[in-house]
Amino acid sequence: MADLTASGFSACPACDAAPLAQRLADRAEVAQGTVILSLPTAHCATCITDVETALVAHPGVRSARVNLTLRRVTVDAPGLTADDLISVLAGVGYEAHELDPDALSATTADRQGRDLLMRIGVSGFAMMNIMILSVAVWSGAESATRDLFHWISGAIALPTVFFAGQPFFRSAWAAIRVGRLGMDVPISLALILASAISVYETMQSGHHAYFDAAAMLCFFLLIGRYLDHRTRAIARSAAAELTALEVPRATLLLDGAEQTVPVAGLRPGDLIRIRPGARIPADGQIVEGRSEIDRALLTGETLPVLAAPGQMLSAGEVNLTGPLILRVTAAGRDSSLARLTALVEAAEAARGRYTSLAERASRLYSPSVHLMALCSFAGWLWATGDLRLAVNIAAAVLIVTCPCALGLAVPAVATAASGRLFRRGLLIKDGTALERLAEVDTVVFDKTGTLTLGRPSLVSADPLPPGLRPVARAMALASAHPLSAALTAALADHPAADLTDVTEHPGFGVSACWQGRIVRLGRADWLGWADDEDRPTSATWLAVEGHAPIRLEFTDELRPGAEDCVAMLRKAGLRVVLISGDRPAAVANLAARLGIADFHAAVDPQGKEAMVADLAAGGARVLMVGDGLNDTAALARAHASISPASALDAARVASDMVLTGTDLVPVAEAVTTARRATRRIQENFAISIAYNIVAVPLAVAGMVTPLIAALAMSLSSITVTLNALRLRD
Amino acid sequence: MEILSILIPVSLGLGAAGLVAFIWALRSRQFEDPKGDAERILSDKWDDRPKPD
Repeated sequence: MADLTASGFSACPACDAAPLAQRLADRAEVAQGTVILSLPTAHCATCITDVETALVAHPGVRSARVNLTLRRVTVDAPGLTADDLISVLAGVGYEAHELDPDALSATTADRQGRDLLMRIGVSGFAMMNIMILSVAVWSGAESATRDLFHWISGAIALPTVFFAGQPFFRSAWAAIRVGRLGMDVPISLALILASAISVYETMQSGHHAYFDAAAMLCFFLLIGRYLDHRTRAIARSAAAELTALEVPRATLLLDGAEQTVPVAGLRPGDLIRIRPGARIPADGQIVEGRSEIDRALLTGETLPVLAAPGQMLSAGEVNLTGPLILRVTAAGRDSSLARLTALVEAAEAARGRYTSLAERASRLYSPSVHLMALCSFAGWLWATGDLRLAVNIAAAVLIVTCPCALGLAVPAVATAASGRLFRRGLLIKDGTALERLAEVDTVVFDKTGTLTLGRPSLVSADPLPPGLRPVARAMALASAHPLSAALTAALADHPAADLTDVTEHPGFGVSACWQGRIVRLGRADWLGWADDEDRPTSATWLAVEGHAPIRLEFTDELRPGAEDCVAMLRKAGLRVVLISGDRPAAVANLAARLGIADFHAAVDPQGKEAMVADLAAGGARVLMVGDGLNDTAALARAHASISPASALDAARVASDMVLTGTDLVPVAEAVTTARRATRRIQENFAISIAYNIVAVPLAVAGMVTPLIAALAMSLSSITVTLNALRLRD
Repeated sequence: MEILSILIPVSLGLGAAGLVAFIWALRSRQFEDPKGDAERILSDKWDDRPKPD
C-alpha cells in the first residue's frame, strides 16, 4: 500500500520509470498463478460471457471471473503470462491491459470500503429504529412512555455512535493533535454533545432527546465518506496497477558468458546484450552490432533511427532489428532519465498545490460553526443563567449546522461524475482533477502515441502488383521491424511466397531469393535509391530483380476518435495546440488532417515543459495530453493532465487521469463533464448554505426541536444527493 | 399500552434481522460487483458453480 501510494502521488514521476525496474523485477517472481487484467471496453452481460468463455476455453486457464464494476477480469492460470491472455482476449475482440496481480492496495481499499459499509449499515439500522420510537414521542407520547422510548433509543444510539462514529473521532483526534480544525472536529463534537445531552435529559425526564439526530448524522456522513473512499480507491488502484510493459532485467555479458541481472544492478562499464525488440535498460555506447532504434517514447519521432558502433543510446529506446552489445555509461538514477526527473520535480513545484472547493468550504465552515455554537451558549447563559438550557441550545446549533449536506456535496458529485467518465473509459487518479479540468481553456496534445497510435500502417497496397504481394508478405514476416509488422498486417489475406536464403541485414532490411531472383525489402539508400526525406510519411522499398523498386508508404495511424475529440474540444471553446518532438513534415501533415492551426514540431522535453509554462504564464489553464517520457515534465507542469493507458509508467504517474480505452473522445467528454460537475458542486454548496440560513437562526433562538433538526438534516442531504445524480444520464 | 412490550421487541428484532442479513451479505462479498451481478442475471450460463446434472 505504502509503495503504491508513494508511486501514485510521487513528487518525481520519472524516478519511477528507471529504478521501477527493480520493483518490477522483484514482483515478477511473486504470484504467478493469478493474472488480473483490466477490460476497458466491457460493459454488458454478453461481454462477461464472451470474456469468461474465451478465457476458460484457453488451455491452462482454470477459472476466470469478470468484475464489471471495476472492469477487470481475474484469471487463475498457472504457467500463463498476461500477454497470452491479452492475445486470447484480442482474438475475441476485447482490449485488455495487465494489472499488477499482487497490488495490496486493492485489498486494503476493499477492507476499508467494507468497514465503512458495515458502519453505514449499523447506523442505518439504528437510525430507522430510533426514528420509529421518536415519531411516537413527537406525536405526543407522555411521561413514562416517553422516558421508556428515550431509554430504548439511547440503548441503541450510544453503541452505534461509539462504533459508527469512529472514523470521525479518529480523524478529529488526528487533526486536533496537530493543532488544526478539520471538518471532523465539529462533527465529532456534535456527536458527543448530542449523545451526552440526550442521556442527561433522559435521566431528568426531559422533553427532548437527540438520539435520532446522532444516529442520522453518522448515517449521512458515513455515506459521504464511503462515496469519497470508493471513488478514490477504484481510480487509484486501477491507475497505479497498470504495469508498464518494460523489461525489468538486462542481459549482462561477463567474460563472454551471459547473465541475467536486475537493471538496478548495472554499473557503468558493464557490457550488456540487447536483443531485437527489447527496450534499452541503461544509457550506453554501442560496441558491436547494427540495428535500428525506435525512440518514439523518448522524443516522439516516429521514424526509426539507424544505430551503429560508437553511437550513444539512451535508456527507454527500443532496439528493433539486430542484436546489439552496449557498454553502459550510466544506469538507473544517473541515466538520461535523471535529467527528466529534475525537470519533473521543478514542474510539480511550479504547479503548486491546488485547493479544492471542499477544502475551501471546510476552512470557512469549521471556525464559523464553533464560533456560532460558542456564542449561542454564552448568550443564553448570560441571558437566562440556565446552564442546562444554554448547553442544549449550543448542541442544537452544532447538530443543525452539521455538514451532512456539505459532506455529501462533493463526494456525491465526484462519484456521479467519475462513474460516468469511468464508463466512457477514463480513470481519475487525483481528487481535485475534476475541478482543475473544469477550469481548462487550452488543450495541448502530443502527437506520437497520443493523437496517433504510435504504430505505422500501410497507406495503400496499390503500388504492389498482385503478383508480388505474397513475396512482400513473406519478406515482411522475416523481420520484427515495425514497418514489416505493418506490411504483414496489411497483407494478412495474402499467402506468403516461398523464399530461400532469407537474411536480415540489421539497420538496412531483408534480402532473400525468390524463384531464382534476388528480392530486397528495406531502406532506399540500401537499395541504391534516393528517398525524399521531407515527406510526411515513412517508407520502405521492395526491389525485385528485373523490376523497378516499389515505394511502400506508411503513415502513423490516427487514434480512433482523434478527429471527433479535437472537433468537440474546439466546439466547447477550447484552444487546441499540438506540440511534438517529431519531424516538421509529419507534424504538419497530422495537424492539417485534424485541422489544428497551432502546432510546433521538433520540440525537446525541456521545450515542451517550457511551452506549457509559457501558456500558463500567459493566463491559460492548460490540459496536457501525452504519453511519452518527453511529455512527463509537461504533464506535471500543466493545470490538468491525461495520458493513455499505453503510455510509459512515468507519464501515467505524472498525469491526473488515465485513458483506459484506445478511443480519444472521452478526453473531450471529460472536459464538459468536469464543467458540469463543478457547477453541481457549487449548487450543492448553495443548497446546504440555504438550509443553514433557515435552520441556524432557529437553533440560535432556541426554537429547534429534534423533529426540526431531523427534517433539516435529511432534507438537505437528500436534495444534495439528487442534485448530484442529475450528472448521471 | 401493554401491547408495546410485544411490539417494541418485535420491531427491534426485525430490524436486527435485517442488519444481520446485511452483514452476512457484506461478509460474503456480495457488494463487490453490483453492476456485474445485475448483468449476470440476464445470462443463461451457470457461472457461479457447475450446472447440476
